[in-house]
Amino acid sequence: MIRITETGFDPSAELAAFIQRCGPDLGGIATFIGLVRGSHGEASVHALTLEHYPGMTQTKLEAFEETAQTRWPVSHSLIIHRVGRMLPGDAIVLVATASAHRQAALDACAFLIDILKTEAPFWKYEERDDGAHWIEARESDGAAARRWVAE
Amino acid sequence: MKLLYFAWIRTRIGRSEEDVAPPSTVRTVGDLLDWLEQRDETYRLALANRKTVRVAVNHDYVPSDHLIEAGDEIALFPPVTGG
Repeated sequence: MIRITETGFDPSAELAAFIQRCGPDLGGIATFIGLVRGSHGEASVHALTLEHYPGMTQTKLEAFEETAQTRWPVSHSLIIHRVGRMLPGDAIVLVATASAHRQAALDACAFLIDILKTEAPFWKYEERDDGAHWIEARESDGAAARRWVAE
Repeated sequence: MKLLYFAWIRTRIGRSEEDVAPPSTVRTVGDLLDWLEQRDETYRLALANRKTVRVAVNHDYVPSDHLIEAGDEIALFPPVTGG
């Protein structure tokens, strides 16, 4: 399930609802929760704005979820991603994957967040002590996503 | 065709979308970027560093030799930074 939201979400409540939906025979759940940082190097971060490309975001996230479910025995998955302006400590993203097997759940969850970071059309704009800046893509994120291709 | 701009490409060009009708010699994504750059200095500055320009046609990433069509939705944006 994919959800893009302009309002804040509570990762604990979303996770509790996800566990309910999975039912009693699921085995295990892996999760990743991304939060807004309070600092960037020496500078304090006041706010973070996430811009996205609505039509393409939905298409891409659905495709990633389908790939994860084809590649690993994942019974349920969930991606929630916030857009708009948010504050340090706010949840940006929640990825959860359920499987009968621990390793499948962990791998599918890592795959989804890695591919989301490098291919889903979101952009971060930070308001900091030292001014407002568009965040640049990091090479380490590209490397993290490529390891799923190399295997 | 419809062009969409995001993040700092949007702010540098100064608009989020526009309809354009390039000449028939503009056949590929690369041709389109060249043509846009020649329109004025704003586009030239926004698109000069091609390594930082990603292109999606109808929601799919495409390389610069991808052939474009009149009804396409073409988005230009910098490398993504979500998650």
